[in-house]
Amino acid sequence: MAQYGILIYSPAPADPMDITPDYLELLDRYPAQVEALGGQIVTGFALQPSTTATAIRGDVVTDGPFVEAKEVVAGFFVLEAPDLDVALRIAKLNPATRDGGVEVRPLFVPPAE
Amino acid sequence: MSAGGDGGKAAVAEPIGSARKLAERAVADAHRREWAFVLAATARVAGDLDLAEESVQDAYVAALDAWTRDGVPRKPGAWLTATAKHKALDALRRERVFRAKMPLLVEPDETDMDDTEEDAVPDDRLRLIFTCCHPALAGEAQVALTLRLVCGVSTGDIAKAFLVSEPTMAARVTRAKKKISAARIPYRVPEASELPERLDAVLTVIHLLYTTGHTAPSGADLVRADLVERALSLSRMLLALMPDEPEVRGLLALLLVTDARRTTRTDAEGRLLVLEEQDRSAWDRAAIDEGRRLAVDAFRTGRVGRYALQAAIASLYAVAGSYATTDWRQILGLYDRLLKVWPSPVVALNRAVAVSMVRGPEAALDEIEALERDGRLAGYRYLPAVRADLLRRLGRHREAATAYRAALDLAENEAERTFLAARLAEAVKSGAVDSGSDRSSEG
Repeated sequence: MAQYGILIYSPAPADPMDITPDYLELLDRYPAQVEALGGQIVTGFALQPSTTATAIRGDVVTDGPFVEAKEVVAGFFVLEAPDLDVALRIAKLNPATRDGGVEVRPLFVPPAE
Repeated sequence: MSAGGDGGKAAVAEPIGSARKLAERAVADAHRREWAFVLAATARVAGDLDLAEESVQDAYVAALDAWTRDGVPRKPGAWLTATAKHKALDALRRERVFRAKMPLLVEPDETDMDDTEEDAVPDDRLRLIFTCCHPALAGEAQVALTLRLVCGVSTGDIAKAFLVSEPTMAARVTRAKKKISAARIPYRVPEASELPERLDAVLTVIHLLYTTGHTAPSGADLVRADLVERALSLSRMLLALMPDEPEVRGLLALLLVTDARRTTRTDAEGRLLVLEEQDRSAWDRAAIDEGRRLAVDAFRTGRVGRYALQAAIASLYAVAGSYATTDWRQILGLYDRLLKVWPSPVVALNRAVAVSMVRGPEAALDEIEALERDGRLAGYRYLPAVRADLLRRLGRHREAATAYRAALDLAENEAERTFLAARLAEAVKSGAVDSGSDRSSEG
């Protein structure tokens, strides 16, 4: 088993309070789909809208997300899956892929001593 | 001059120099024929592509001395595989403590195997090919990895073929291998449900290799024969491994029929010859026949895809006695079907050429103008080139000259540039003779 960070991107400002009922319904069904495909969600979080974000570069503090873009990180979860094919199959089913997208990124495991 | 028994002595009475030559030839031969087989089998034991590659290279080096000394074994591939696996296992034992516990190359679990009722043939070479052409890798990385790992081409030679520096290509290959292990791209043949999409990626890589070799996008030689040969042998290997896939058959058919015309595409000075001017008697009939048979087989399955359709079109060109007597109607019909399964503007452009032969250049020009409005082919050198040719055939020389200039601005291949420049000069001359008249009767 390997662990992947799944980053959820949604159209800015990605306010969880704006989630539509049918999107919610898809989200409710998601964990069961993940398990059926052979994966497991280790942990996951939704974020407040990107309008609440504060970015810091060097010592400059600015209002807003770190990268200005049409889509912003709306949340993330850690997925455990046997390989990338399974992880991608699971990621493709995430409702965020409808009007945003997801990024699948393996977690770093320090090499054994 | 064959070896005696298993690992037996080859021609002991011959002088050392000759034994060395024999071994060298056998190693070179085994490199060309068996590299993929040896690497793929070793990768499963090594659990890591880098280690597998290193072990296989070492095995080939060891083979040269061993085969000079003991003679060439009866099954060089088996000898090389056993030796490479040994080397990989030795390295693993030595380094076990230093390596991460996680296997770097992911093999399917037993349970995984049970999930699919009809698992594809578990040939290691197929696993290797599908791993190299995994959609999570960038297209250019897929091509580079396939050449490096499946064909055993050196990074320097791949860099030359794709006109990038060796460090750039080395970085590309390294990055891709690192992603395979870090992201755990599995070392397996995709399940039946994913096969069409995944197979398409493999076919695309082989086809791209072929087209890069067939018409090098830039540089002096129109054909880079080595890439063409690699693409053909990969295509044959894939068909041997997946004999029931009509599109695999279609791809080999397409490559064979297209390649049958290779030697006639340029004249003695390396100038590009269009289909009309090529010496049909010099076309490779055996390749055309084999390609046609494969295409017909693919059509019989009833699952006709874009490669089989393209192969059928290329076959019709190849069997015609002349350009004029080509069965343009049937070609146009096939292009209509091709456009349905593969709605690409490049297909639409080629279809326009067939339209010009069936309904005349005027009708084809309408199609070209629609493509120009569409915009997706902006910057594509063949769009103005086809337009120029249609205008030339209509006797609208001054407009043709403008289109030839536009095509020249976009063409980078020297052979193509020379061809376009010659056509431009003709158009300018004819335009001057017409003294401003845009229309004259076609010659």
